[in-house]
Amino acid sequence: MASITLEGLKKTYSGDVHAVKGIDLQIEDGEFVVLVGPSGCGKSTLLRMVAGLETITEGTLKIGDRVVNKLEPAERDIAMVFQNYALYPHMTVYNNLAYGLKNRGFNKEDIEKRVRIAAKMLEIEEFLERKPRKLSGGQRQRVAMGRALVRDPAAFLFDEPLSNLDAKLRVQMRVEIKQLQRRLKTTSLYVTHDQLEAMTLGDRLVVLNAGQIEQVGTPMDIYARPASMFVAGFIGSPAMNMLPVDYLNEQGANGLLDNLPDGTDVVGIRPDDMHLTPPTAPHLIVDSTLALFEAAGAESHLYVTLADSDQPTVIRVSGQPPVAEGETLRFFVTRDALHPFNSATGKRTGD
Amino acid sequence: MQTKRMTYPGRFLPYALLAPQVIVTLIFFIWPAGQALYQSLLREDAFGLRSTFVGLENFARLFRDGSYVNSLSVTVVFAVGTTLLSMTVALLLASTVNRMIRSRSTYTTLLVWPYAIAPALAGVLWWFIFNPSIGIVPYMLEMVGYQWNHRNSGSDAMLLVIFAAAWKQISYNFLFFLAGLQSIPQSLIEAASIDGASPTKRFWTIIFPLLTPTTFFLLVVNVVYAMFDTFAIIHATTAGGPAQATNILVYKVYADGFVGLNLGSSAAQSVILMVIVVALTMIQFRFIERRVNY
Repeated sequence: MASITLEGLKKTYSGDVHAVKGIDLQIEDGEFVVLVGPSGCGKSTLLRMVAGLETITEGTLKIGDRVVNKLEPAERDIAMVFQNYALYPHMTVYNNLAYGLKNRGFNKEDIEKRVRIAAKMLEIEEFLERKPRKLSGGQRQRVAMGRALVRDPAAFLFDEPLSNLDAKLRVQMRVEIKQLQRRLKTTSLYVTHDQLEAMTLGDRLVVLNAGQIEQVGTPMDIYARPASMFVAGFIGSPAMNMLPVDYLNEQGANGLLDNLPDGTDVVGIRPDDMHLTPPTAPHLIVDSTLALFEAAGAESHLYVTLADSDQPTVIRVSGQPPVAEGETLRFFVTRDALHPFNSATGKRTGD
Repeated sequence: MQTKRMTYPGRFLPYALLAPQVIVTLIFFIWPAGQALYQSLLREDAFGLRSTFVGLENFARLFRDGSYVNSLSVTVVFAVGTTLLSMTVALLLASTVNRMIRSRSTYTTLLVWPYAIAPALAGVLWWFIFNPSIGIVPYMLEMVGYQWNHRNSGSDAMLLVIFAAAWKQISYNFLFFLAGLQSIPQSLIEAASIDGASPTKRFWTIIFPLLTPTTFFLLVVNVVYAMFDTFAIIHATTAGGPAQATNILVYKVYADGFVGLNLGSSAAQSVILMVIVVALTMIQFRFIERRVNY
């Protein structure tokens, strides 16, 4: 077990393609950090640099106290779970788990013991003699995890390990990964593009965009105070609505928007902070027309068109309100639900 | 089975559509094969005036004949040598080219070229390179103290025909191995390297086992090639000599039949070759059906 330190990590491809543009990050021993971002943001490249599968163009990478920039993947004492699991198709599950131990010269009894323990932990004991081809997606996923943890490495690296599973299994495996990591307390770095997975799994999230860190923090910190419009739009589903301050003033803001931080020209409002009934606290009032009603069981999503604006806006309410498409809707937003941003810099304004 | 059932308006049309293929097969395969089978049971006199039915005597004679048994063993050495050499070199080239990124297609194109050369020309090419009086290789071998002469050394001659035959086949094997290598997911190799396997170990424990289907397929194809498609190479270089040292079965059929004019024996040899081809083809089909490996 060890911490992982990234100092000014950069990756440049063939001269001028900057995939990763200088990442500083400290991952504490035993911490579960999730790298999240849209596709092409450099998160997988970053993970592969930590694994040693991509060279590091610039910067320093430490695992524990060792600088590992130049070390082979095998020498870094890490284990990786791949998106397609990368199980060896010609080996039984047992041999898949044992392969890394054999290569490292463990003796037979020790290998047997470790494989049994890992198999028991992941409940794959009954499949040990099967080939990966004969396993279901979820079972393969477990074998891939087993191959990672059987070596008891300093860190686990996960590269979108759940994206090949169906929705139900994904939720189940997500919970299991979280529980396993809690139990083993192994430092983990997890890459995903799924913001829900990121929110639920990570002790800390690192939101990446275009090869740079947008924000680092606990999931709830990031949700409650997104540092930029990008983060605000990426974390939370449906995405945060962005309304220009001028527009809200025109609609009659009752002076509620007068004391926004300097430079604020856009405010973000979470879909669940838009209420259909007036709250007791001072609030903004906006009129709109319901364009589309989406019932999702416990909650409903209302896609509305704002009066005198073409800004797409979503409201999330619990249950199913008695509204019909085409109907005029008035919604209410309190002051403390507003996230102030500057549209030119894309950053949060003020504190 | 998902087969589309076609319905034809009349009974005649389907037969008409099949006819060209059937006619070609009949004229160019079934007829000569039947002829050979019939011929193999006859003996013709020296002047070609009379044929007598001798049953399986031609076959029995063959296996009593030392030169036929010698030809069998020469064929085995030649086929095994050619197959091993061409497959090993092809695999080596394929795994090297597979590692390249930008220059891969250039090398692939260049390496495929020998396949386009006619077997006789390939033979002549190697015959020049190894020519004892003017060839470059004997000249260099002489400097290290080896007197190369495939005109009187049987082993030299065998090496020469193996080189020429293998060289041509390397291109073919290379293409299949390269395709096989490219179908192995990169993440498997990466997983193995994280699992602490050295490049050599990765090759023998991951890559090579995953190439088994390709390797097996090529094994059969190469044996068939070495046994049946190398007539021109032998004919252009050693003509079966010296002293029968490179007289493989296919060449012997020609030599005994068209040079020695012993038609009955030659036909019997063709029949034996036919049986060998059928056996090899069956092995291959059974393999394809089962898709052996993992």
